[in-house]
Amino acid sequence: MDPRFRGDDVGRRKNRLGRHGHTMLGFIIRRTLLVVPTFLAIAFLTFVAIRLVPGDPIEVRTGERGISPERLAEFRHQLGLDQPVWKQFLDYLWQLAHGDFGTSISTHAPVLSEFATLFPATLELAFCAMVFAVVLGIPAGVIAATRRGTFLDYSLMGVALTGFSMPIFWWGLLLILFFSVNLDLTPVSGRIDLLYYFEPVTGFMLIDSLLSDQDGAFLSAVSHLILPTIVLGTIPLATIARMTRSAMLEVLGEDYVRTARAKGLSPFRVVGIHALRNALIPVVTVIGLQVGALMAGAVLTEYIFSWPGIGTWLIESIQRRDYPVLQGGVLLISGIVIVINILVDLLYGVLNPRIRHAR
Amino acid sequence: MPADTTASAPRVETPPGPIAAFFRDFSENRAALLGLIILSLLVLVAIFANFIAPYGPSEQFREFTRIPPAWVEGGNRAFLLGTDEIGRDMLSRLIFGARLSLFIGLSVVVASMIAGIVLGLVAAFAPGWPSIVIMRAMDVILSVPSLLLAIVIVAIIGPSLTNTIVAITVVYLPNYVRLVRASALSEKTRDYVVAARVAGAGTLRIMFITVLPNCMAPIIVQAALTISNAILEAAALGFLGLGAQPPSPEWGAMLASAREFLQSASWIVTEPGLAILITVLSINLVGDGLRDALDPKMRRS
Repeated sequence: MDPRFRGDDVGRRKNRLGRHGHTMLGFIIRRTLLVVPTFLAIAFLTFVAIRLVPGDPIEVRTGERGISPERLAEFRHQLGLDQPVWKQFLDYLWQLAHGDFGTSISTHAPVLSEFATLFPATLELAFCAMVFAVVLGIPAGVIAATRRGTFLDYSLMGVALTGFSMPIFWWGLLLILFFSVNLDLTPVSGRIDLLYYFEPVTGFMLIDSLLSDQDGAFLSAVSHLILPTIVLGTIPLATIARMTRSAMLEVLGEDYVRTARAKGLSPFRVVGIHALRNALIPVVTVIGLQVGALMAGAVLTEYIFSWPGIGTWLIESIQRRDYPVLQGGVLLISGIVIVINILVDLLYGVLNPRIRHAR
Repeated sequence: MPADTTASAPRVETPPGPIAAFFRDFSENRAALLGLIILSLLVLVAIFANFIAPYGPSEQFREFTRIPPAWVEGGNRAFLLGTDEIGRDMLSRLIFGARLSLFIGLSVVVASMIAGIVLGLVAAFAPGWPSIVIMRAMDVILSVPSLLLAIVIVAIIGPSLTNTIVAITVVYLPNYVRLVRASALSEKTRDYVVAARVAGAGTLRIMFITVLPNCMAPIIVQAALTISNAILEAAALGFLGLGAQPPSPEWGAMLASAREFLQSASWIVTEPGLAILITVLSINLVGDGLRDALDPKMRRS
């Protein structure tokens, strides 16, 4: 290795051996700085992508009708298309830095404000799906691991593998067929009955409907949320159950679990406290990794249930060839996924002292 | 060694070779074996679709639209699984669809695996900027949610079956690159690699002939997972109208046009989805079996 770098490395290692908070802070800063080039690269790619899309951006804006060369030049100047490409990219970054993610061609509203109005719907759905997946997935995995090799274990894992293999858009249609069409129990689409109207306060329908004080509004919101939650939560649920089982199996064979058993602690305490706490470390990572998958799944789920969130918005933007929305939307979602992944990394460091000290 | 020595030598219990051990472990797993049987049947159906399918995938029988499956009241023996909204035989379309889905899965896995192995080995053996560029590029791909990335790529290059394969290949590339790089980095410092280098092996030889075979186990497991995910994502794209285009009998595309018949002719919706589920499930069963058989930690002995 180049000696110059070696010196640097020794310095950094000293730093790592410093106090707790110090290394943690360093870890946070390093992890955050690493994200900047990633985000720039995504911005660059969306910038290039929008130029690769067939169709002239001016024609997209003005329609097919002919316009005079002067108007054309004016348009080009307005959009900055008469500038060299590198200048256009810098301008684009400058706009992003000022929170300008472009303007929708079809609604003429800023992409960022549309995103901000629709995002709570997606977040509410994703959050409920994650809670559904964690609340059912972790116990299922623990039960399967403690009853390893029994019929119960095989059934649980069989169901989990089926869920893991599920085409969720079809699963959604099946649930609609059964619960909405045949049993008439749940509504087919939307977030709440049209009967109820109130100004969004938080953007989260469950909270807003409670705040609105209208009879039945909350129940209506819940009944609209049930099927989408199940659909979006299915794959995370299966993944978490499988991961919890294998993590538990690994931990249950460890010496400290045998010690805890030998001390005469109740099986509940051994499994619940000693084993589960350590088994949860990889599970938390998996939950974190599901965030991106959840966003992808939300696109399909929202599309099936006409859920007015980011997913529906993006699919419609493609159908309408509203490329600024697609560009800005993808950038914003990637940004959110990146930030959540950092938070998960940090949480991982907090949960697992071994990682914190090793780095 | 003379031949008679081996013949007359007392039979000693020799440990089975790695391949024999693998097959023993794999076939002990009954679920994996079941998955393998179903998958083999599906592959046969896909290969011999021309001979098995009673009709062509786009053949229309105008007077037989929305005929329910044969075992339901109003069904017709001529159309075992019923017909769709324009009178095409569901069974024939599903059979030809198997060909498409398995083809997509296989193409994606071959393309992303080869590209991933090359990029991953380069990243492991060329520290400095090639490694940095490759790994940061993979970070970028990973930070966009998978289906969303595929949607964006398809939105740019246009919806079609080929473009679906291209888009999904890009999405799964980082998994291989990271996997190959990580295992190559840990293998690189082993004695046998050093020995090969001392013996005068060039870098290319060390990369592909010395190190690569020892990194294959996790790659194979990843391949099984990639095939099933690729089939799911291709179907999702088809369902959104961004993948294979009608009248292609791709299962996802079949579901897209069937949505409106959920109430009146539910079999048009249930059958293609069931086909996807069975295919993906059987591949995942095989994948789980592969993982358990290849992962020494999970091995029972």
